[in-house]
Amino acid sequence: MIEIHNLVKQFPHRDANGKNVYKTAVDRLSLEIPAGEIFGLLGPNGAGKTTTIRMLTMQLLPTSGELRYMGKSVRGHEQEMKQLIGVVPQHVNFDLDLTVGENLELHARLHHMGSRERATRIRELLEYVELSSVVNENVRRLSGGMKRRLLIARALIHRPLILFLDEPTVALDPQVRRRIWELIRHMAKDGATVVLTTHYIEEAENLCDRVAILHCGKLVGLDTPGNFCRRLGSFTVEWDGEESRSYQFFSEKREAAAFAATVEGSVLIRPTNLEDVFIELTGRKEGL
Amino acid sequence: MGSCLYDVWTVFWRDWVVLRRRMVKFILSRMVAPMLYLVAFGWGLGRSIQVDSGSYLDFLIPGILALNSMNISFNSITPVHAERVYHKSLEEYIIAPIWPYAFLIGKVLAAILRGLISSALFVLLAFCFGAHVALTPLFLLVLALNCVIFAELGFYASMKVNTYEEMGQVNTYILVPMSFLCGTFFATSALPEALRVVIECLPLTHTSYLLRGLGSGMEVAMSSVFVLGLYALFLFLLGSKAFLDLRK
Repeated sequence: MIEIHNLVKQFPHRDANGKNVYKTAVDRLSLEIPAGEIFGLLGPNGAGKTTTIRMLTMQLLPTSGELRYMGKSVRGHEQEMKQLIGVVPQHVNFDLDLTVGENLELHARLHHMGSRERATRIRELLEYVELSSVVNENVRRLSGGMKRRLLIARALIHRPLILFLDEPTVALDPQVRRRIWELIRHMAKDGATVVLTTHYIEEAENLCDRVAILHCGKLVGLDTPGNFCRRLGSFTVEWDGEESRSYQFFSEKREAAAFAATVEGSVLIRPTNLEDVFIELTGRKEGL
Repeated sequence: MGSCLYDVWTVFWRDWVVLRRRMVKFILSRMVAPMLYLVAFGWGLGRSIQVDSGSYLDFLIPGILALNSMNISFNSITPVHAERVYHKSLEEYIIAPIWPYAFLIGKVLAAILRGLISSALFVLLAFCFGAHVALTPLFLLVLALNCVIFAELGFYASMKVNTYEEMGQVNTYILVPMSFLCGTFFATSALPEALRVVIECLPLTHTSYLLRGLGSGMEVAMSSVFVLGLYALFLFLLGSKAFLDLRK
């Protein structure tokens, strides 16, 4: 269980007049994520997703607010709480001087695992992500997809109860992306709480039990992907407007069809998706 | 306490794995600069120079030892800068449930090891060139303390500096002037008074004088050891704060 209460992060910033001010990256964020859920954080670039993840993973100190894991405040118990979490960062951040096996061993040692347990777990996880054959290769020699899978294996070594994935499939081809989705589903099935940020709406729709949409550091929506779409209207009419593509949302298909009949030119009626919700809530398409 | 030591050992273990793999390259590369110093200043210029204490080579060896250990320990720890700014692998340690000071201490210990290996090689070379140096426990302590100070300085720079270019400037503006002015190649008494006072406050000057005195069996000012200890403590606090501030 993750409980976030009024989490705020401000960074020093120089404004257009050269004055030193504070910029609020995350603004009074409150959330509760139950155990075993796959939870998505969506938002355009600069919405505060990564800052939120960095605070949740104790890489950044919040300016104010409270964070609790399993009912216990993180403040004052950081070492204990860090043992509970696993992190798959957005960028590949392996130690480039070490091999695949050594990178995993370093992580296991940093999490105080004994030598026998380390060896067994490393072997298990390399098999799980199908990387056993490259255990003695330097990490520089792995492909992008292999590095991503290795990041996941590394995050799982110490059997975390909560797993954070920041853009886990960014810049990967569709086959590898689907393979990683499988791994994430597998982890949740094994009981881990998964929190992920993503730019790919399809990813959130496919994977997440619930989704929070952030915009300018604020929570602007929180629901299941299905409920989000139903609330907006399950059917979308899409047509070429005077200046740009236009959209109208309807709860019933016949209402959508009736409206479409009144529109001139090419019209499309389709099920509403999370991307429509995202655009409605954030008011922008860039950064998707 | 046991857990803290284990965390320090883990950080050190990573550097040990890398050093062990590259030991031959490390040894060969670390012999080049001291060898050139010995040839140029010891055999070349040194033959025509006499100092009060006798041969210039014997005068030179402790100075080069001090500057070599300074360079090695500083440069051994500066890859942390790339780990922080470019590779982001430092995040692995920030996320890990380790004692917050373990990272700095482990990295400094690894830098000391490199500094001492390099110093041992240099002393062997110096003996081959006919130098006379008395290696006492206090001599080794001073050498280790010098490594600690410059490893901590390198760590602090790695936490604060944001580009490779700026990292190079730390070398240019701090290490290079110290290499030449801090009693390494000539006594600081030859410097103009105002400059001498400043230079004699710097840690490398204390190390050079201590190593020179101890290496030739003379009495040394123990206050210099105390000053080096203070430098080490101050830079440890500075480095720790810089590391902890990464989360702000």
